[in-house]
Amino acid sequence: MQAFTPPPLPSDDKRWKIVNGTMRKNGFARHALIETLHTVQSSFGFLDDDAIRFVARSLRVPLSQAYGVATFYHHFSLKPAGKHTMTICTGTACYIKGTDKLVASAEKRLGVPQGQTTKDGKISLMTARCVGACGRAPVVLTDGELVGQMTSEQMLEQLERWAVE
Amino acid sequence: MTIEELDQIAESVRAEYAKYDHEINVCMGTGCLSQHSDNLRDALTKAASDKGKSAFVRRTGCMGLCAAGPLVLVDPEETLYQGCHAENAEAIISSLGGEPVAALQCDLREHFEQQVHVVLENSGHIDPEKIDDYIARDGYQALVKALTEMTPNEVIQQLTESGLRGRGGGGYPTGLKWSTVAKASGDIKYVICNGDEGDPGAFMDRSVLESDPQRVLEGMAIAAYAVGASKGYVYVRAEYPLAVARLTNCLRDARRRGLLGNSICNTPFNFDVEIRLGAGAFVCGEETALIASIEGKRGQPKPRPPYPAVSGLWGKPTLINNVETFANIAPIIRKGGRWFASVGTEKSKGTKVFAITGKITNTGLVEVPMGMTLRQIIEGIGGGVPDGHTFKAVQTGGPSGGCIPNEHLDIPVSYESLIQMGSMMGSGGMIVMDDTSCMVNVARFFIEFCMTESCGKCIPCRAGTAQMHTILTRICSGAGSMDDLELLVDLCGTIKETSLCGLGMTAPNPVLSTLRYFKNEYIDHIVHKKCLAGVCNMDAVVAESEPNSPFEVLA
Repeated sequence: MQAFTPPPLPSDDKRWKIVNGTMRKNGFARHALIETLHTVQSSFGFLDDDAIRFVARSLRVPLSQAYGVATFYHHFSLKPAGKHTMTICTGTACYIKGTDKLVASAEKRLGVPQGQTTKDGKISLMTARCVGACGRAPVVLTDGELVGQMTSEQMLEQLERWAVE
Repeated sequence: MTIEELDQIAESVRAEYAKYDHEINVCMGTGCLSQHSDNLRDALTKAASDKGKSAFVRRTGCMGLCAAGPLVLVDPEETLYQGCHAENAEAIISSLGGEPVAALQCDLREHFEQQVHVVLENSGHIDPEKIDDYIARDGYQALVKALTEMTPNEVIQQLTESGLRGRGGGGYPTGLKWSTVAKASGDIKYVICNGDEGDPGAFMDRSVLESDPQRVLEGMAIAAYAVGASKGYVYVRAEYPLAVARLTNCLRDARRRGLLGNSICNTPFNFDVEIRLGAGAFVCGEETALIASIEGKRGQPKPRPPYPAVSGLWGKPTLINNVETFANIAPIIRKGGRWFASVGTEKSKGTKVFAITGKITNTGLVEVPMGMTLRQIIEGIGGGVPDGHTFKAVQTGGPSGGCIPNEHLDIPVSYESLIQMGSMMGSGGMIVMDDTSCMVNVARFFIEFCMTESCGKCIPCRAGTAQMHTILTRICSGAGSMDDLELLVDLCGTIKETSLCGLGMTAPNPVLSTLRYFKNEYIDHIVHKKCLAGVCNMDAVVAESEPNSPFEVLA
C-alpha cells in the first residue's frame, strides 16, 4: 500500500504552514479536524472554501464531514470579520442585567443585525453565549478584550471611535 | 518524586516567601483582569521596590468577590482591598506595617466567614502558573500517596466512602462511576475532564482552571490510576482563553516535575494529558456529544447505553468527570473519604461552588457546605438584592433548571431538594432576579437558548423547542391565549419524555417551573395584556385590539 502524502499547501502564504503544523503534530489523524479548523480560524480569521477543502484532503475526511463540523460549531465563521468586532454577551446573567438593550442599540447604530458586519467592513456585531465573566455583567468584548458593567452610552462611544477611524 | 521530595520543594518555597515581611496577592482572574489588575500588579511591584519595602507581589487566581474587583489581599495581615487600581499602589505599599488604607478596605466578614473552601482552598493564595506554589500547599501529596501507598481499589474505596457526586449537574456517585470504568475490560482506557462549561451564568469551572489548574490535573491523574487509564483529555471552551493558557503552562510544568509522563513516582504508572478546545456548542457538555467532539466530529449525542464507562472515546472505556469533581479528589485522598463525608447532608456530601450573579450585591463565586439554605446563600453571603428592589426568584441549574421563588428559599441546598423544587443543581449557576424581571420572558429566553443550541439530531428537541419558542413569543407579545398554556404544558411533557439527551429532556424545566410558581404572570400577559415587570412590549397587539377604529365602533 502506498504511503499517504498530504496535498501541497494552497499557496505560499506562511499561515498555511502554521495550519499544516497543527496537522503534522497530530499525525494527520482524522480526529485533528476541529483542532486544525481552530488553527485556520485563528490564523486567517475565518474558514473559506479553500481552507476547508485543504484541511479535509490533508486529514482524509469527507468534505461533507469537514463542512458539517465547520457549520455545526458557533466558534467557526465562514465569513471574514470586520476590522473591529463588538461581541455582546447574551448569557443569562447579562440578560438579567439588560443586555438585550445593548444589542438593540448597537443594531440601531450600525444598521446591521447581530452576526453581521457593516457594509464598509469596519465593524462586526456579534453575540456570545456567556463568556464566564458573569460577576461583571453585562459584559462585551471589544476586539476580544473583556469590558464589564457596560452601559449603552459607553458601548456607543466605542462604536463611534471605530466608525471614524 | 517521593513524599520527601515534595516536602523539600514545599519547604524551599516557604523559606523563599518567608524572606519577605508581606505577601501581596493580586487577583488576576478574568473578572479583575478586565479591570487591568495586571497594571496594578506591576505598579505594586514597582512601588515596593521604590519604597524599599520587603513585600512579595504575587499574581493569583480568582478571590471570588468579582463585584468588588480588582481585589488585593495582603498577608499575613489578611487585609482585603477592593476596587484597587494602579494609582492606589503607592498608598497600599506605604501602609504596609502600619494602618491599612481605610478607603480601599473591603469589610465583608459575613461574606467570607460562612463559606467553607475545599475546591477553592488555593484560589487567590497561589500563583496558578507556579507548580511549586501548589506543592507548597500540599499539592500532589495525594497523587504520590495514591501511587505509593494505595491500590487502585483502595482509591475507589475512599471515593465511595466520601459520597462525592458528580458536580457537573447530574449528581451521579463518583465512586460508582470510577469502579464501573475500573471493571470494564480493555487495555486502553481514557479519562476526560469536562470543562465545557456551556451553562450561561456559571463560571466555577473557568475559575478553578484559571486559579488552581494543577489541582484538576492531580485529580485526573489519581482517577487514571484508579481506573487503569494512561491518557487523559481536558476539554475546555475556546471562550476561556486564559484558562487554556494557564492549563497549557501547567501541563508543561507537571511534565518537567515528573508528575505527568512515564513511570510517575518510579512506579509503572504512565499518564499524560492533552487539551482539546471546544468550539462553542452547549450540547458538548453532554458526555457522548463531548466524546464525538474530541473525535473531531459534530457534537451530537448518542443513545445510552452503552455508557461511556463501557464504550466511550474511540469505543474504549472512558471516565468523564466535571472540572469541579476532579478538583475535589486530591483533598479526599489526602484527608480521607470520611472527612469529606462529614460535611454536607445525608445524600449530598461535601461543598459546592456556586456562581452568584444577576440582581445581587456580592456577585461572584462562593463555596458553601451542602445543606446551607438558599436564603443564607442569597441574603447572607450574597448580600441580598440591591437598589431597593425586591427579590423575585433565583434560577439554578442553567437552561436545564428552574426558578425558585421567595417562599421556598429556606430549603437546604442538595441534589434532591432542588429537583423537588422543579429545578436542579446543575453546574452551580445561581442567577438572582428581582421585580424588574418578567418570568414569562425569562422562560422564553431559556427556550430560545435551547432552541439555538439543539444539535438537531432528535425531533422532539429540534422541533419541540422551536414550537415552544413560538408560543412563548406569542404570549410575550400579548397575543397568547389560555389554550396556549395547555399546549405548552403538553409539549413540555412530550419533549421531556422523548428527547435523546439531557439537553432536550431538561429544556422544558424553566417553563414548567415558572408555570408552577408564577402562573399569575402568564395570565397577566394573556388575559390582561400586561407585563408588570415592564419587560415585554405588547403595544402592537394592544393597539390592534382596542376598538378605536371607526368601523369597529360602528359595528
